[in-house]
Amino acid sequence: MPAAAHSESAPHETPVGQGTLRRAVVVGGNRIPFARTGGAYTKSSNQDMLTAALDGLIARFGLQEERIGEVAAGAVLKHSRDFNLTREAVLGSALSAETPAYDLQQACATGLETVLGLANKIKLGQIDSAIAGGVDSASDAPIAVSEGLREILLDLNRAKSLPERLKVLSRLRPKDLAPDAPNTGELRTGLSMGEHQALTTAQWKISREAQDEIAFNSHHNLAAAYERGFFDDLVTPYRGLSRDSNLRPDTSMEKLATLKPVFGKSLGAEATMTAGNSTPLTDGASTVLLGTEEWADARGLPKLAVVVDGEAAAVDFVHGKDGLLMAPAFAVPRLLARNGLSFEDIDFFEIHEAFAGTVLSTLAAWEDEEFGRTRLGLDGALGKIDRAKLNVNGSSLAAGHPFAATGGRIVASLAKMLHDNGPVDGRPARGLISICAAGGQGVVAILEAYSAPEGR
Amino acid sequence: MTDKYTQFVSHGVGKDLAKKLGLPQPVVLRRYKAGEPLVPGPVLVLGNGNGSTVGADELAAALVGWGLDVRRAALPKEKLGAIILVLDAVEHPDELAGPVLTAAPSLRDLAPGARVVTISRTSASAANPAVAAARQGVDGLLRSLAKELRAGATANGILLADGAGTTSPSTLGALSFFLSGRSAFVDGQFLTVTSGAGRLSADADKPLAGKVAVVTGAARGIGAAIARTLYRDGARLVVVDIPAAGDHLAAVANEVHGTALQLDITAEDAGRRIIDHAVERHGGLDIVIHNAGITRDKLLANMDEGRWNSVIGVNIASQLRINEALLGSDQLHKTPRIVSVASTSGIAGNRGQTNYAASKGGVIGMVRATAPLLAERGGSINAVAPGFIETDMTARIPFATREVARRLNSLQQGGLPGDVAEAIAFLASDAAAGITGEVLRVCGQNLVGA
Repeated sequence: MPAAAHSESAPHETPVGQGTLRRAVVVGGNRIPFARTGGAYTKSSNQDMLTAALDGLIARFGLQEERIGEVAAGAVLKHSRDFNLTREAVLGSALSAETPAYDLQQACATGLETVLGLANKIKLGQIDSAIAGGVDSASDAPIAVSEGLREILLDLNRAKSLPERLKVLSRLRPKDLAPDAPNTGELRTGLSMGEHQALTTAQWKISREAQDEIAFNSHHNLAAAYERGFFDDLVTPYRGLSRDSNLRPDTSMEKLATLKPVFGKSLGAEATMTAGNSTPLTDGASTVLLGTEEWADARGLPKLAVVVDGEAAAVDFVHGKDGLLMAPAFAVPRLLARNGLSFEDIDFFEIHEAFAGTVLSTLAAWEDEEFGRTRLGLDGALGKIDRAKLNVNGSSLAAGHPFAATGGRIVASLAKMLHDNGPVDGRPARGLISICAAGGQGVVAILEAYSAPEGR
Repeated sequence: MTDKYTQFVSHGVGKDLAKKLGLPQPVVLRRYKAGEPLVPGPVLVLGNGNGSTVGADELAAALVGWGLDVRRAALPKEKLGAIILVLDAVEHPDELAGPVLTAAPSLRDLAPGARVVTISRTSASAANPAVAAARQGVDGLLRSLAKELRAGATANGILLADGAGTTSPSTLGALSFFLSGRSAFVDGQFLTVTSGAGRLSADADKPLAGKVAVVTGAARGIGAAIARTLYRDGARLVVVDIPAAGDHLAAVANEVHGTALQLDITAEDAGRRIIDHAVERHGGLDIVIHNAGITRDKLLANMDEGRWNSVIGVNIASQLRINEALLGSDQLHKTPRIVSVASTSGIAGNRGQTNYAASKGGVIGMVRATAPLLAERGGSINAVAPGFIETDMTARIPFATREVARRLNSLQQGGLPGDVAEAIAFLASDAAAGITGEVLRVCGQNLVGA
């Protein structure tokens, strides 16, 4: 038993924060199938989808009326009324109403960051169990009133008399009535994420064919995983959908090659990014169940993997120093170094496919001598990964990418892969997760297959 | 829900109208509710006509022990909750007259939802022709009487094999089931008690307390009702259905505080995965309910390979394979109980359902042959054969066909998914341990193919 053996009611043998760290175990996960925006979940809100993902998780692991230590989730596209989205989803679920929850938002890294934050609380002894998650709907996106109308409405509310109100209203102009819809444009550059990536893709000279191959593998790997039942205990159907609606099992390199570029068209012949090798807007939700070993054992629950460590990084894309989605290129070497690991020690690479170009640009940077020396401070290139270990059960190009839900999708799937894989060279199988995010950010993490500690 | 016609003719104007026009007069059946009395009035216990009253006396004493108001002779004008005919010692058809004709006038005094239960011996166990005639006579008598009763009253029989007596645990268990509202849609049927095994639950409202039960096909309809009923009776549940039905399955799991297992039961390793899940999550496995089933109806002349094979694969081949895994496992708790859902189609046949009826007939054959294999470990296996049950599936039958189908039984209405679930919950309980290899029809005594 670890020194800080802990139960719900018994006091710690060592006070919190002073004992040895406990292990945070991934018990399992649940998500709803991801749906292309405007499809099956058009009428579903973020709260509906997050509640459905939670309820599926509760059903899978028998957590009805259970008081979970804490639930954290978030959404990137969020209505102002959803300020307490996660707590509201918990209240609508079969969990105990005494389960606390908080919202978190770090763009597309939201889901992974909830896993890391909650895992840290578990390691520290603050909580024994947690549910991490994320949800996004581009179908049910919030639409705000224009800045002009918003100011007028606020002034109207402050106006005390009828003449004052009329005076405020007289400022109203037709253009103020145009709604303000969300977009994926970066606030500081005005460029969309795809246009940003198109620049990076061209900078790293990534070919159209290489990108299409990433997309092709993603669809085929995901389809094969569904066929062999890999997702039977990871996905619960929702609104008539039992598989990700973006999945094209029959896609081919030829079909992908026929698609016209949609991003970087100004680059002319260098325009390589199509609707086939870029993720579409998607709706969906995911959850991950975390706990201590003791908490899982007491309930007869699986212990798939351990959350080893995580790292966040950010790049200065505003001044063009690095590409918008290149932060993981910096986060990964820092995380590996801190844990004394190299690419040879990793058995599964889960690199989020925002765009095929993102994955390939990141890999190219890691394989680049100069980038390694000048930007990473290494003696040479960070290294080359074995492509056979990359996104082996598909990733976002096939599954779709409901921004905040992607982290939970990857963590739950990777935990299962690590568990199913068994030991490698006498050590537990290890996986690396890399997720890029808007604002030039990236969050990466290492998971390891669960193995009982020595002496247990 | 009871169908609209039954609701209409159960009260006021509708009731008068149906009576004047000679229309069927189904009533809302008496169904089990926790805390309600076992029977709606005193119980009249009558013995054999040959002076052998030992069986009746012992049974009457046992019923008094349950707190029932027991009569050994009818009181004038008193409304009765049940009549029990103990005919365990009849040796000649002549001897039936005494108890039967004594009971006859009391039939007019039965309360709504009352019960008539016979307890007799199996004719197969009689060597003497006269004894066999008397025993088999009870069969014809009971089935006819069931068709004469009105106002939701039913008649069912308990048959004792050589190893069982009138107060064996499963005789009392079956009697309690037949008397109660749990058997609302069981009519004109017999259950054979094969041994003196079993024990009555200390808590009549939680007979499955502490048991771990698996229900396949639990996402909706009868399967979901079974899960709810087993949960109500105290069991901890693993609910199973195909991954594509996972959302409905999750809702059922959360309702019954169980765990959802998304699994295609036709998978080669389905049995092992079910056992592993139950053992890891719930510490063992006591009860398996094979409910998952599909229909792919076509006249045989138009039948294709896909329709035939998928029905056989899901409805019977999967059960055989899972049972093999169960029988080969040393991780089951003692006295495992298996209950399979068969169908009256598998007994009487149904036009357009050659594949389905073959699979359901197969279930019945499988249950009979598996009973001796399970007996070695104190287990039992039985089947329940539903007749017309009000489900999403039967709601899709065209109106006229459906209306005829649901009236063509002694209770003149369709059963509810919960009625099937009640029979299954009883057969899964330790009170039914002495009943194995049996097929119990839950069909309101369907007139076709009885």
